[in-house]
Amino acid sequence: MATALISTVVVFTAIGLAIVTAPGWPAVHEAFLNGKVFRASFPDIARAFKLNVKIFLVAEAVILVFALGIAMLRSLPGPVFFPIRAIAIIYTDVFRGIPTILVVTLLALGVPSLGLSGVPISAVFWATVGLILIYSAYVAEVYRAGIESVHPSQEAAARSLGLSRWQTLRYVIVPQAVRRVIPPLLNDFIGLQKDTALVAFAGPVEALRQAGIDEAANFNFTPYVCTAVLFLVLTIPLTRTTDWLIARDRRKRAASGVT
Amino acid sequence: MRTRAFVMAIVATLAAAACGSSGGSTASSAGSTPANPCAKSNLTLVTPGQLTIGTDNPAFDPYFQGPTGHEWTGQFNHDPYNDQGFEDATAYAVAQQLGFSKDQVNWVAVPFNNSYKPGPKNFDFYLAQVSYSSKRAQGADLSDSYYDVQQAVVALQGKPISSVTTVAGLKPYRFGTQIGTTSYDLINSVIQPSQSTQVYDTSNAALQALKNGQIDGLVTDFPTAYYMANVQLSNGTVVGILPGAGSGPKEHFSLVLQKGSALTQCVNGALSALRADGTLAQIQDRWLNQAAHAPELQ
Repeated sequence: MATALISTVVVFTAIGLAIVTAPGWPAVHEAFLNGKVFRASFPDIARAFKLNVKIFLVAEAVILVFALGIAMLRSLPGPVFFPIRAIAIIYTDVFRGIPTILVVTLLALGVPSLGLSGVPISAVFWATVGLILIYSAYVAEVYRAGIESVHPSQEAAARSLGLSRWQTLRYVIVPQAVRRVIPPLLNDFIGLQKDTALVAFAGPVEALRQAGIDEAANFNFTPYVCTAVLFLVLTIPLTRTTDWLIARDRRKRAASGVT
Repeated sequence: MRTRAFVMAIVATLAAAACGSSGGSTASSAGSTPANPCAKSNLTLVTPGQLTIGTDNPAFDPYFQGPTGHEWTGQFNHDPYNDQGFEDATAYAVAQQLGFSKDQVNWVAVPFNNSYKPGPKNFDFYLAQVSYSSKRAQGADLSDSYYDVQQAVVALQGKPISSVTTVAGLKPYRFGTQIGTTSYDLINSVIQPSQSTQVYDTSNAALQALKNGQIDGLVTDFPTAYYMANVQLSNGTVVGILPGAGSGPKEHFSLVLQKGSALTQCVNGALSALRADGTLAQIQDRWLNQAAHAPELQ
């Protein structure tokens, strides 16, 4: 314990000194860690940050359901369901393969230019759809890993009790699968929380965009540090919870002797 | 290099003193005056003997014109080496005033926010429609004005906003602008719209949003607004020119220099000489369409 403490203090003091004694430190301190600019820009950025939280909450709710649907479709066995599996595979391949920022920008500026009546033109709406499409592809794969981790004997037992394939998936496989994948699911949601900043590229003034506005108004980069702090406040509780869940899960499995 | 410049400066001073003494009355002052810090040989430059000027890439009309070239490629882009367009011609005029010939001018592409980031710069001065503000002047040196600018609203013809004639009439509409512009402040302080303002990375994204109907009006500096309405949009119109915020000094464009740069007073001197001899006005007449006008919004 004492060793850990001493080594921690030594390491952090060394890093701190290296930064503070760097020749460019006064300029960096002035341009990135300016207390006056921080205080002036914080209220605006905090207000804009509400939009990030809103987008995150809506997207997360939709993703949880939508991605599970994709994973279940992809887990349907038998040659009859091949076209459905193929669609699910193409979907996850495509949306995991395109940079998020491209999907967000293309949807938010592209779809409204189609001029279809009845289709929303809101940039926030389409940017959120972009995040949902991307993250559902990741989350669907997490779900699928969970579904495949359930031993085949479970399915055989359920089928022998007379449950249909769908019922087996719905009542036997998925409940076990979801419990197992909660830690990696939360991991993806931490990513989603951060990626709400990409909505900025479609025009809405959320935290990152507000920081960019304040940066250009002051010729000072401190507003970005301000935004980083706000994101940390949002994501750290979730990252800590995730780690705790993973540790608890490991303890449980070690105790019961099940692997 | 530095020694030679120093020797040359001494020689110049002595020569001036010698001339002065034969000329009479100015002799006494010439001897004690230090060498002109803005003489070409005394300037501290990124590349000695060359003036390195930074601007954004793409370099847009009407500030940069002519064909594409060097790093400046793609649609609507222009090579700053052309010496065509308002800012391009202004930059070359400043360079000439400082004593640099055209082939002693180098251009570098610098993203806007790199122009004021801390640390050494790769340009001697930067120009890309940067408006002066006292807050900005704390992060970088900003020169005196080379253009007094007004902001205007661009919209699509036939939309309700296009017939608005007052600032108050603009209130119910949704506006957009490019990030990093004073236009954003002006929208919020002068128009105070009832809908949230959208802010885009590029003026092209803002134009697309205007075409999509995601915003009703795009606010930008008037020369750009005029160019967008008449060249980039097939059905665009300039709704009008916005009055400035408050009764403060007029908004103007500044050259951006390293904070505390010795060159700042020299470019200010060059600008004031160019203004006094009418060069700046000529450049403005030639490159910013003086026939272009739009109603002032009351």
